[in-house]
Amino acid sequence: MEKTSFKLEFTKGIIKENPVLRLVLGTCPTLAITTAASNAIGMGIAATLVLICSNAAISLLRKVIPDKVRIPAYITIIAGFVSVVQMLVKAFTPEIDKTLGIYLPLIVVNCIILGRAEMYANKHTVLPSIVDGLGMGVGFTAALLSMGIIRELLGSGTILGIPILTNLIDPVIIFILPPGGFFVFGMLIAIANKLSDKPAKKAELGCSSCPLGKNCTSISKKEEA
Amino acid sequence: MNSKLYVSSSPHLHSGITISKIMLDVIIALIPALVASVIIFGIRALIVILVTVLSCVTSEYISRKLMKRDNTIYDLSAVVTGILLAFNLPVSINLAIAAFGGIAAIVVVKQMFGGIGQNFVNPALAARIILVASFPTAMSTWSKPFTNTFSKADIITTATPLSKAVVGTYDKNYFDLFFGIRPGCMGEICAAALILGGIYLLIRKIITPTIPICYIGTVFILTLILGKDPIFHILSGGLLLGAIFMATDYTTSPLTFKGKVIFGIGCGILTVLIRLYGALPEGVSFSIILMNILVPHIEKLTITKPFGKGGKSIGKA
Repeated sequence: MEKTSFKLEFTKGIIKENPVLRLVLGTCPTLAITTAASNAIGMGIAATLVLICSNAAISLLRKVIPDKVRIPAYITIIAGFVSVVQMLVKAFTPEIDKTLGIYLPLIVVNCIILGRAEMYANKHTVLPSIVDGLGMGVGFTAALLSMGIIRELLGSGTILGIPILTNLIDPVIIFILPPGGFFVFGMLIAIANKLSDKPAKKAELGCSSCPLGKNCTSISKKEEA
Repeated sequence: MNSKLYVSSSPHLHSGITISKIMLDVIIALIPALVASVIIFGIRALIVILVTVLSCVTSEYISRKLMKRDNTIYDLSAVVTGILLAFNLPVSINLAIAAFGGIAAIVVVKQMFGGIGQNFVNPALAARIILVASFPTAMSTWSKPFTNTFSKADIITTATPLSKAVVGTYDKNYFDLFFGIRPGCMGEICAAALILGGIYLLIRKIITPTIPICYIGTVFILTLILGKDPIFHILSGGLLLGAIFMATDYTTSPLTFKGKVIFGIGCGILTVLIRLYGALPEGVSFSIILMNILVPHIEKLTITKPFGKGGKSIGKA
């Protein structure tokens, strides 16, 4: 019983509740750093590490943190882990630090991490929270990587710096510019919607059709009232 | 019941004008410029036009089919988009890039927003901007008139009058500018042919003169005030093509008279600002697209009041 639920907690982050493509969280780093696949991998791994650690810590402390000041408390915990990751990246892979630039420290305010803390970690025990963080992190990385591969392949003709299309076609530079980023992002959201459950009927639009509906605090409060 | 008493829903009278008739008139109006570009730039101009038209019509057919909507290629709007797109390209353009532009115009800008009548910007212009951003070198390689042949090696490249004017090396020659003996995009060069097409559209009442006059007039007055040569600025670049054929697109221009005036003046101001103070030598496409995006707001502000409503009488009632 528990094993299947772990599997579910892990896989839901990849397509069904993919943080970027289904929940549309963390769009800022998604659009900004996916001009190359290598950036996407660096960003994805860094965010996943922070996500797992912060989910675990917040889940451990969920009974200690007073409800009224939970957001500042979460941000402090997340900021601590981001500092650790940032120092590690700076020490071991300075090139990635250079390309990610400001977006690495900005993981602190990445809504995926705060979102998972608020939606999941403060209601569940440690192990499911870690699995949830891992699944969400993998989903985030997968979304970034697919965007990065598409944009790098079409916009510069390479994948991870290896020339693939450079001699065949002229690179379509717009794909590594912001408009191309939005375009690829929209296309991937459309594909993710197609791959996940049937789209909500128009009448059901609203809180109940949201992929977060199950965990959302505003809905449960309404139901209680 | 007597079937003669059956009353159908309005409208009861139909003027007989259909989309395909309007589009056919636009195509006829574009023919002088098309002929001029083929005379000036050679047979390759015709090939580029055929490629973009074919690409537009095919993309329209396939995307309508994929979205399970009715086939709209016979309304000829895709053909007009294809010709206008080709008019916005240099003659030396790689044919694959031209075809890509057609796909971008129809699939991304037109069909993804719902097809004819639903696009929020002019498809041909948006495709031109996508191409300018994607292939800056290919999109700014201008060939000298009467030198173009099939093989790419023979093309003699040169700068357009507008980019020459930016660096101050252009010798004014109104005759050459008026008849299109100058480098530039395929359709924009021959002012005489474009004006001829514009007059045809006006006579057929396909377009009203409001937008072109406001647009060109604004450019004339502004360049005059700023101490530039107004006639040069009207005849060079894509101003006439944009003002007559692109800014007057039904879907992306305001319906009301006041709205059209605002739209035309806005396009003119933006064009002059981009040309004189911007980083690019030409700004017609960007200014029309920008004003296209503002059209819903312009229409909201210039909405016509029904007779008898509004004004001071509201308080009295």
